[in-house]
Amino acid sequence: MRLNIENATVIYPGVEGGLPTEALQQINLTMDDRDFVVAIGASGCGKSTLLNLIAGFLAPSEGRIMLDGAVVEGPGADRSVVFQKHALLPWLDVRDNIEFGLMLQGHEKKDRNKVADRFIKLLGLSGFEDSPVYALSGGMQQRVGIARALTCDPKLLLMDEPLGALDALTRETAQELILHLWHDTGKSIFFITHSVEEALFMGTRLIVMSPRPGRITHEFNLPFSKQFLDGISARTVKASPEFIKIREEILAIVFSDVEGV
Amino acid sequence: MSDQNNERGNKAQSAISALIAKLARQRPTRPGEIYGVPGSGNTIALSLATIAILLLVWWLITALGWVKPLFVPSPQSIVIKFLHVWKEGFTGSPLWMHILISACRVFGAFLLACVIGIPLGLAMGMSPFIRGVFDPPIEFYRPIPPLAYLPLMIIWFGIGETSKVLLIFLSVFAPVALGARSGVRSAGIEQIHAAYSFGATRWQVLRHVILPSAMPEILTAMRIGIGFGWTTLVAAEMVAATRGIGYMVLSASQFLQTPVVIMGIVVIAGIAYLFDLLMRLTERRVVPWKGKM
Repeated sequence: MRLNIENATVIYPGVEGGLPTEALQQINLTMDDRDFVVAIGASGCGKSTLLNLIAGFLAPSEGRIMLDGAVVEGPGADRSVVFQKHALLPWLDVRDNIEFGLMLQGHEKKDRNKVADRFIKLLGLSGFEDSPVYALSGGMQQRVGIARALTCDPKLLLMDEPLGALDALTRETAQELILHLWHDTGKSIFFITHSVEEALFMGTRLIVMSPRPGRITHEFNLPFSKQFLDGISARTVKASPEFIKIREEILAIVFSDVEGV
Repeated sequence: MSDQNNERGNKAQSAISALIAKLARQRPTRPGEIYGVPGSGNTIALSLATIAILLLVWWLITALGWVKPLFVPSPQSIVIKFLHVWKEGFTGSPLWMHILISACRVFGAFLLACVIGIPLGLAMGMSPFIRGVFDPPIEFYRPIPPLAYLPLMIIWFGIGETSKVLLIFLSVFAPVALGARSGVRSAGIEQIHAAYSFGATRWQVLRHVILPSAMPEILTAMRIGIGFGWTTLVAAEMVAATRGIGYMVLSASQFLQTPVVIMGIVVIAGIAYLFDLLMRLTERRVVPWKGKM
């Protein structure tokens, strides 16, 4: 898998006669196999626009998005999206939600069941297959969303603040779950978050974005997820001096954007 | 001495306050009773009491002879009239026949309005072209009372069943179509995007995301629509009907048979209420997730 974003610019038309806004300006980004790229930045910095661009929900005003040598021209099953919330279908139970993508692609019920069984087990949803999704806790709903995204075996997983709506405790558990999934499935992940700690802990690479116009201002390579996967506990990783130092550094960058408003 | 008294007084006081606290604890707290969402709580008992009191007042007025039976017949005379019409029929047709005929008109028109109105409403929600074409005519006729265009219906479609069913159909059609149209907006952009990111076609998004999420609004629109249908029934049966509940009410009023008028009204209300209960039950079965996500 190789994703190439080349000079992508997105201009939104002005609202009610206002000036057009440059949501993204000249973005260049490359992602390879097993990359875990995390995007962070003050609100309005274009993180979600960038994700929508990669997902194909938006077309760039200038530049292009290339996936494995082909120009991305719309959404497709090679890029699955995990949303913050409200993306599950409440009229379907857990199993049917997980099988939703496969169903749309016309797979037989038998094959769908087999794939879904695997991810139900992998995400710890066994015993809840027949539950209505609205009866689940936020953390479980998000696991259903992740399972659904994985069933179609995407090359790239796009996660738009997937843990933003969870409570702090569930969130930490979910972070570890996603890291293990990433490690075990070998997928590439593009991940948006507002939490600097989460960004540092999860990613192999971090891009820091700034608003007006939205652009990438800093890029970091991160060692922390590897430390965790090598067996060091999550809290130990997050409490290490190295982690704290870079966390404060990035917080300073992000805050300087917020104060500029 | 005074210290002792004080101490005794304090002891008694704390014993009393402990007792009060204990008593207060006996009653389970009901969260949200005072500071909860306004308007929550059960109303069945109160509703039944209201009905009982209304009946009692009605009975009192008639029993004490304050109003002539011609204007307000007594409740029991209505029941007697009902049994009488049930046995003997009204203008040559048994009561069940009147009910059946009217129900066929209303439900036939309702079914037709749903079959045409729901797909059209969905199409209006999905396509600016179809919305642009159908919005003016629907919005034009929607606020007009059916009685106003009843003469036109009769001139165009005669005095047979067509004009009656059509009149009821029109009154049901607008709310059902507009409900389905706004139901299209119920689907979240995340749900739609999720489907597209699995490679869904536009048709699949409509079938598997838009339509199911519009169901609550469609069902509500159907409930409102059938209500309009019953409202229009009497108007529809004003001209050249020989059977039907609406006809029964109208012709009874011409002969000042007030008990039959009231009985007919109660029968219409009863059927409409039963159907509404049925719709609510359907709602609970079909969209148990309504308002939960």
